[in-house]
Amino acid sequence: MSAQVPELEVRDFSSVSPQKPWKLSPREVAINASTILIALILSPIIVQVTPLKGKLGLVLTFILVAMVGNIVLSFLRQGVQAIGNSIASTFIYLAAGLVLLPVASIFFTVIMRGYHAVRINTFTQDMSVTQSDGPYTEGGALHAILGTLMLVLIASLISVPIGILTALYLTEVKGRAEGTIRFLVQAMSGVPSIVAGLFIYSVLIVGAGGHYSGFAGALSLSILMLPTVARTAEEVLKLIPRDLREAGVALGGTQWRTVVMVVVPAARSGIVTAIILGVARVAGETAPLLLTILGSTTTHLNPTDAPISALPLYTFNLLRTGLNVAIDRAWTGALVLMILVLILFVLARLASGRKK
Amino acid sequence: MSDVMEFEGNKDNISTKAYLEEAVSQPEISSLASVASHHSAPGSQPLGTGLEARGVHAWFGKHHALADVNLDFPAGTVTALIGPSGCGKSTFLRTLNRMHEFIPGAAMAGEVLLDGKDIYEPGTDVTKIRLKVGMVFQKPNPFPSMTIAENVLSGLKLAQLKTTNKDDLLEECLHRAGLWNEVKDRLKAHGGSLSGGQQQRLCIARALAVKPEVLLMDEPCSALDPGSTLKIEETVRQLIESVIVVIVTHNMQQAARVSDYTGFFLSDGGPGQLIETAPTSEIFSRPKDPRTEAYVTGRFG
Repeated sequence: MSAQVPELEVRDFSSVSPQKPWKLSPREVAINASTILIALILSPIIVQVTPLKGKLGLVLTFILVAMVGNIVLSFLRQGVQAIGNSIASTFIYLAAGLVLLPVASIFFTVIMRGYHAVRINTFTQDMSVTQSDGPYTEGGALHAILGTLMLVLIASLISVPIGILTALYLTEVKGRAEGTIRFLVQAMSGVPSIVAGLFIYSVLIVGAGGHYSGFAGALSLSILMLPTVARTAEEVLKLIPRDLREAGVALGGTQWRTVVMVVVPAARSGIVTAIILGVARVAGETAPLLLTILGSTTTHLNPTDAPISALPLYTFNLLRTGLNVAIDRAWTGALVLMILVLILFVLARLASGRKK
Repeated sequence: MSDVMEFEGNKDNISTKAYLEEAVSQPEISSLASVASHHSAPGSQPLGTGLEARGVHAWFGKHHALADVNLDFPAGTVTALIGPSGCGKSTFLRTLNRMHEFIPGAAMAGEVLLDGKDIYEPGTDVTKIRLKVGMVFQKPNPFPSMTIAENVLSGLKLAQLKTTNKDDLLEECLHRAGLWNEVKDRLKAHGGSLSGGQQQRLCIARALAVKPEVLLMDEPCSALDPGSTLKIEETVRQLIESVIVVIVTHNMQQAARVSDYTGFFLSDGGPGQLIETAPTSEIFSRPKDPRTEAYVTGRFG
């Protein structure tokens, strides 16, 4: 290497500023906005002069007019080929908006109807000494909150290990019964929740002479939770490259140690998702609880010997009374349930992302 | 040279012989290979008697992928396996540490002797075999959930080995893999944060941490840039003091640079076979088989 490397010339680039030439120009944005505006003005007129009436007719007309405007616009800009693209993107935006609508609507309704009965005693008292139409400052949902937590905890303790082990059987062991097990798990996820409750009721409560109890409720919930956990965990484990499994085995690990040390940690956040989906599946279940925990107005922490309450059942029972104050309490129960599930999700996400 | 192009399938073509003589006098190829073969002296660490494949066949389901391979891997050497795609090199490599059986439907015949004992003998602990015969894969595959340090030491945990001083072992393995200087300040970073070449050297360090007698490398540089490739080749040359290295490669310059012996595999539609094996300098300068000669001079494959 005799040749000297020439020093890099110091150049001034400050005259160049970053541009985004692929973005729409202000003029194009204005044209797009005016199309929407024209549609907004045009659609009430169309509704007036045609037999279409009501809010729904207005919305449908607006969508149609906006879509036609959009198509004409893209035709003028880019020719015939752009029309298909324009129609498709309009439908996709529309679908996304329609999905958002019920979710936002549910949240809005539950919050608006649930918040005004919330008091501190909602979280510290139960309904054992309070009438369901007593004042907001008396009684609360403590028994139902604790009941739901207990049910979700026990159901998770049962179905998470079994679900993950089932998924490992399907993806790692690939045993002789793989096809049968996968079919059964899929069939199980189609079991109606009332049937799960009926099954536990007939086997455990009537058949074995057991009690209405938290444990019976948790068992019926775990029937519903198990297939969700198993199937989601299986999908996640399938995504782990075979390379990693081979690397573990090639280092002298047994298959079991490779799975525990390499495969499952690599799939950890996905497995947490599986658990979250499982909890989400059962936390709001009401039907199987009617037949297994029966409902109660007192705080009862022993899961084995007596009826308990849970937030969905609390909501259901209060709503049935038809009394205004009780219905407010029911909405509060629904709100608390939603917040509780949200908290569980956030906690699970934090736990799974801790090490990163 | 246009007549040479027509030689395929005709062993007695005169032009082939002429070409062979020409090849012998090619200084750059033979000198490259001879540099490599000087390193074959046994290293400081006591080595076993080596690895030996006897009449190895391999099947995937009904497909006969590999037939009757006999190959010795003496202690203190690097052996390169070359040949066109689908000729059974990788399959053969995976029979050497019993990773072949990991694939559903796989079958094999023959013996693989490690220090004189058949690794396929019934009752053999397969995890012990894989501990002695380590492997580096084509694509770098550090464990994503572990840090750099945890990756290097993962074999100890996986195989439940005890070690007196983990820090020393960590440093030693990363040194031997030529990675220490680049990662010593961020051993707690995740393995995935390294570049592709660094990840592959991390995988080599990981394989070395369990002190294997043999290291199998399945096209370890095929996904890497030339600079990283060179570093890994340097690493391989340093490993032979204590490890027998078997490396599958599509890069003939690489085979010439790193290996003492070279085996040429070929499939003529049927199962892949070992066509020729010889000291690397001979394979590249005086191959005995015309098919080898055609391949190493780049006329097919």
